[in-house]
Amino acid sequence: MKTILLSILVLGALGALFGALLAFASKIFHVETDPRQAAVREALAGANCGGCGYPGCDGYAAAVVKGEAPCNKCVAGGAATAAKVAEIMGESNDAAEKMVAFVPCSGSTGVAELRFNYSGPENCRAAMLFGGQSNKLCTFACIGFGNCVKACKFDAMHIENGVAKVQRSHCVGCGACVDACPKNIVKLIPASQRIMPACSSKDKGPIVMKNCTVGCIGCMKCQRECPADAIVVKDNLAQVDVDKCIQCVHCADICPRHIILYFGKTG
Amino acid sequence: MLTNILSIALGAILIDNFIFSQFLGCCPFLGCSNKVDTATGMGIAVVFVMGLASAICWVVDTYVLVPLGLEFLETLAFILVIAALVQFVEMFLKKSVPSLYAALGIYLPLITTNCAVLGVVLLNVQNHYNFIESVVYGITGGLGFMLAIVLFASVRERIDFADYPDCFEGFPIALVSAGLLALAFMGFSGMKIF
Repeated sequence: MKTILLSILVLGALGALFGALLAFASKIFHVETDPRQAAVREALAGANCGGCGYPGCDGYAAAVVKGEAPCNKCVAGGAATAAKVAEIMGESNDAAEKMVAFVPCSGSTGVAELRFNYSGPENCRAAMLFGGQSNKLCTFACIGFGNCVKACKFDAMHIENGVAKVQRSHCVGCGACVDACPKNIVKLIPASQRIMPACSSKDKGPIVMKNCTVGCIGCMKCQRECPADAIVVKDNLAQVDVDKCIQCVHCADICPRHIILYFGKTG
Repeated sequence: MLTNILSIALGAILIDNFIFSQFLGCCPFLGCSNKVDTATGMGIAVVFVMGLASAICWVVDTYVLVPLGLEFLETLAFILVIAALVQFVEMFLKKSVPSLYAALGIYLPLITTNCAVLGVVLLNVQNHYNFIESVVYGITGGLGFMLAIVLFASVRERIDFADYPDCFEGFPIALVSAGLLALAFMGFSGMKIF
């Protein structure tokens, strides 16, 4: 009994002594940090997504206070956060255009032809081990095993009918899915851009016809009819110049393959 | 007395090197050895912490635990001392050597749970060292750690340019080269000075 009490007393006393010494030392060795750094850190989204290119929210906050980073790099927080950070830093707010992820592929199950029936691990990289292309005939197609879904921290990516789809209301544009896609087809587009060709195939028309019932065959109809010259067929694939596009939706109406998508207001 | 201290020092640095023959402190050894600069900083921090820990733990053991017959609390009390000490070193570095503090980053708090530091204080008790011998053993043990980690960091910097199979990329090649270095240090084993 005496030993137990003594043990508790000795350890308690040691702990209290060290605690007091540390508290004292923290006063002596107190380092002045910029109060703005804590304020900036508080204003950020706090998802630690790395979308800004710095190691976590703390790293970005430190860079902002040092003046090494602009105020609008927090993609998860968007324009509201950029405004708050700019206010703390006393700078004018030049908020970046909000970006969202987009998967340019329409080759869902039954639409894109298959090379073989794949029953391996549900992972795009694993599916690509068979000769560098997936189980789909089209080498540009979304494989649909959801590496991007796993990478997304905001529940914005979902696989629908074997192709990844972005839920725009959830997407913050951090770009984690862009890095995760082994096919490198996921890209970031401005959220205000409502027109996008949903195909990545750079194959020639006849090959696309064989691979997929909806892929872009490079017929150039959209290029001819676009009133703003914003859509150009390059590498056998219709590509939209977002700076020129006037969002008139004409190309979406006339596309013979119906793969130029129009995102409504709800996205 | 002097020969005794010399034998302890040489033993801790070369013959019973903490990393290569006792395999203590492998975590910072592998984690913090990508660059010679960081490795040197880590080594200095370990020397500092091990020396101080040996001194304070010897005092705590000799004047508190042994007289009260509480030797069984040694491990627990030493962990307490080391944790407080590392916290202190961290504060000290943040104030005085911010560049070193930034370079060490996550590895300084890792010393808290580093078995090399706990190992040195427990070995002091096991070997019945007196105060001076304890401090010498702590500091030279830290120097041995520093020698090992700086050597290893130099090796790893050169490995970057070496031609080795792709499957060894990163950690595997580091472990292989650590093993080879440990083999080299085996040459000292069994030696006895004086």
